[in-house]
Amino acid sequence: MTELAAPARTAAGAPALGTGIEGSPVGDRIYRVSIAAFAMAVPLLLAAIAIAVFAAAWPAFRTFGPGFLTSSRWDAVEGAFGAAPAIYGTLVSSFLALLLATPLAIGVAIFLSEFAPGWLRQPVAFLVDLLAAIPSVVYGLWGIFVLVPLLRTHVMPFLANTLGLGRTPLFSGPAYGPSMLAAGVVLAIMVLPYISAVAREVLLAVPRSQREAALALGATHWEMIWGAVLPYARSGIVGGVILGLGRALGETMAVTMVIGNRHEIAASLFAPGYTMASLIANEFSEATGDLHLSALMAVGATLFAITLVVNAIARWLVWSVSREGAP
Amino acid sequence: MVAATEARTVAPSLAAGQGPSVAVSPARVLTDGLGAFFGQTPAVRGVSLKCYDRQVTAIIGPSGCGKSTLLRCLNRMHETVPGARVSGRVELLARDGAAQDIYARTVDPIAVRRHVGMVFQRPTPFPTMSIRDNVAAGLRVLGRSAPPRREVEEIVERALRRAALWDEVKDRLKGSATALSGGQQQRLCIARALATAPEVLLLDEPTASLDPISTQRVEELVYELRRDMTVVVVTHNMQQAARVSDRTAFMLAGELVEVSATGDLFTNPRDERTEAYITGRFG
Amino acid sequence: MTVPPPSAALHAPVPSPTRQPQRPSGRQRAFAERTVRKIRRRRAANVAMVGLTYLAAALATVPLVLILAHLLTKGASSVGLDFFTQMPKPVGDAGGGMANAIVGTLIVISIAAAFGLPVGIGAGLYLAERRGTPLATTVRFLSDVLNGLPSIVIGIFAWEFLVRPVRHFSALAGGIALGAMMIPLVTRATEEMVRTVPTSLREAALALGYPQWRTSLTVVLRTALPGIVTGALVALARVAGETAPLLFTAFGNQFWSTALDEPVAALPLQIFTYAISPYDEWHAQAWAGALVLLAIVLVISLVARFATRARYGGGGD
Repeated sequence: MTELAAPARTAAGAPALGTGIEGSPVGDRIYRVSIAAFAMAVPLLLAAIAIAVFAAAWPAFRTFGPGFLTSSRWDAVEGAFGAAPAIYGTLVSSFLALLLATPLAIGVAIFLSEFAPGWLRQPVAFLVDLLAAIPSVVYGLWGIFVLVPLLRTHVMPFLANTLGLGRTPLFSGPAYGPSMLAAGVVLAIMVLPYISAVAREVLLAVPRSQREAALALGATHWEMIWGAVLPYARSGIVGGVILGLGRALGETMAVTMVIGNRHEIAASLFAPGYTMASLIANEFSEATGDLHLSALMAVGATLFAITLVVNAIARWLVWSVSREGAP
Repeated sequence: MVAATEARTVAPSLAAGQGPSVAVSPARVLTDGLGAFFGQTPAVRGVSLKCYDRQVTAIIGPSGCGKSTLLRCLNRMHETVPGARVSGRVELLARDGAAQDIYARTVDPIAVRRHVGMVFQRPTPFPTMSIRDNVAAGLRVLGRSAPPRREVEEIVERALRRAALWDEVKDRLKGSATALSGGQQQRLCIARALATAPEVLLLDEPTASLDPISTQRVEELVYELRRDMTVVVVTHNMQQAARVSDRTAFMLAGELVEVSATGDLFTNPRDERTEAYITGRFG
Repeated sequence: MTVPPPSAALHAPVPSPTRQPQRPSGRQRAFAERTVRKIRRRRAANVAMVGLTYLAAALATVPLVLILAHLLTKGASSVGLDFFTQMPKPVGDAGGGMANAIVGTLIVISIAAAFGLPVGIGAGLYLAERRGTPLATTVRFLSDVLNGLPSIVIGIFAWEFLVRPVRHFSALAGGIALGAMMIPLVTRATEEMVRTVPTSLREAALALGYPQWRTSLTVVLRTALPGIVTGALVALARVAGETAPLLFTAFGNQFWSTALDEPVAALPLQIFTYAISPYDEWHAQAWAGALVLLAIVLVISLVARFATRARYGGGGD
């Protein structure tokens, strides 16, 4: 054994086993404490965000009470603020986005997981996922200069006149372009990849046995999907939709660039409006006075709370499906 | 700290091909009433086993008999599993002649592991390190007592030679360790364990995932290593035990049933359970 | 035993059926026709639905193609060397560039990385090694919550703590806001990659005499590093395109600034300002900026995926 160097360990004296080399228990403790500290940064950060938002919002909530959420009056001069139009706009634009995006996203997901020929699958998936990589401000830019003129010149007249929907409250009124409809369309494009990605995953997780059972009974390919696969994947897809909702609720830049930025609750989709996020973005730098600022923060707090709840529901749904659905 | 007057073995009569007869050698590592638990479940019960210096001791037994667990108690790896604990004593005789209970309160498990090396069933070279760095890995953590850089190169070469790997890798020491074949990777792991000059080398089914040719090379290696270290091998392959070891211990359901010179155990087992196992009545 | 000769069986008379086969009745024919029609309908429905999904896929790719096309046609003409090296020109003058915004973006995402990477990797290590404990489960859940927060809310947080007390906007505040957004992404990537490192590797290091901390940092983390780097770059690409958190932290700057405690220009902010302005020259610049921003985001994402293929060998811990 003398050919392999026997280092000074044994020369240090008999109890070579008794000395802790390099004080490793200390090293271990430092390591454990450090990573625990980094991990604790997450809840602390979240708490700090909540505190920041609600503390800044408190003056407005105290002044206006729960009426803040129902009042439509937004008057910086008089010092009267109500978030109802913004809340209304957020909900309407998001739901419109889901209405447009969900069928499309599920269709794409079914296409990619069932029908797409091998050579087409990767490119299409890539293109759809690429939608998620485009920054919000780029969507907004495109929205201002391409989508809104398109809506104004072609789509809105088509809906109002050609289809005759102009008499219904949803499509009535002047169509200048920046509108709830524009916001809904842009949001739909932005949330499409998220819903589609979740739906794709969930569809792929449906066990082969379910599909084969349906086929063995004589179902056509589509009947198998509609009758056996989709019901199985249902709660996961719903989770994906709610995830998309969560994203749509918080979207700021693209919306503020195409929605027209008006404190108004209007029935028509052609009318401009506001969302909570776009309101904050738009008025923040010109906020006159502390109450105005606090009102904006209060809108932020409301948005924070709504998004929290929606995302929690979405996570729970997706999580509970991925637990049972694994093949 | 107990003076090193361990019981000496009188050279057992060895069957042909069982290796050089050793006149006297101390027990390099011994266990005394060792018990090992996973939570409440015992995996090793009251095992008292002596492994003698410059000998290969094989531990055989059916799956789940606790042989791997016993092995892992010898270098305090068992306790790295959450909820695992150990009772009893394990004594290690250091090179300078002092024997110590490695589970004593003052003993650092890391220090133990530098005296007792281990090779696992599946080769586990560090994938982000080169071949040379893999072998030297155990030396880096010696900190202040680490050998100086130029010595490290010599140690690496010697370790690779002892592991019969030098000729195959001497031109690509900087290359990735994962580019080697399975058998080469296992020999690399052996070289890595040898580099720190441990007193004892533990091998947990070292050839289980290797092809027959690599198996043979590793077995030859193990046979050679006895010249200057104590080797303990766990194997489920009785023929392998018969080929490489001087003494064999048979375990069943966590207990040490019988231990004796390899030749004696296989030709003349004292316990009927041993006989049942080696004649294949259960596996 | 006597066996009747085979020929007898072969020539035995065939018993006649009790009923003669009849022509199908009217009702039977109608039933058969209905069934055939039903099957044809089902097949047609199948084809129609398959076609619909093809249509959905086509529709889904249209916006992307449109956006890319517009970016290229409207923005490419303004992207030249000037764009990267020149400062914004005053209103009315065509040309100029966004050099300050490009540098500003780099500054801000560097700060974000400095803040977000250590926290994310540390938290990810914790989640991977302490899996199953209540604290780990809580932290993982809260990390997901943090991930879903609107970016403007994060901007509000940074404004409240980093801008309002000192009464001025700063690149630092913007960077920290973006760093906070990176944390959940980096944490998840780290946790997932560390979990893929086999326990046997950890044990091999421990058996060599590595202390736990060294095993985690120099063996496990090193092995998981390529995947973590990918995750970090993806997170970086994502925050590089964010505007809302910068609106009231970094704020934007028409002039050249690299100081951390002053407002700084950033590409997304500049695009926004120019896009909503009434000036055509600025609109052209906005398109160019958007093209460059998208290119940066895509390049970082691609680098993440391809350049961190496992490169092993050489270099110890």
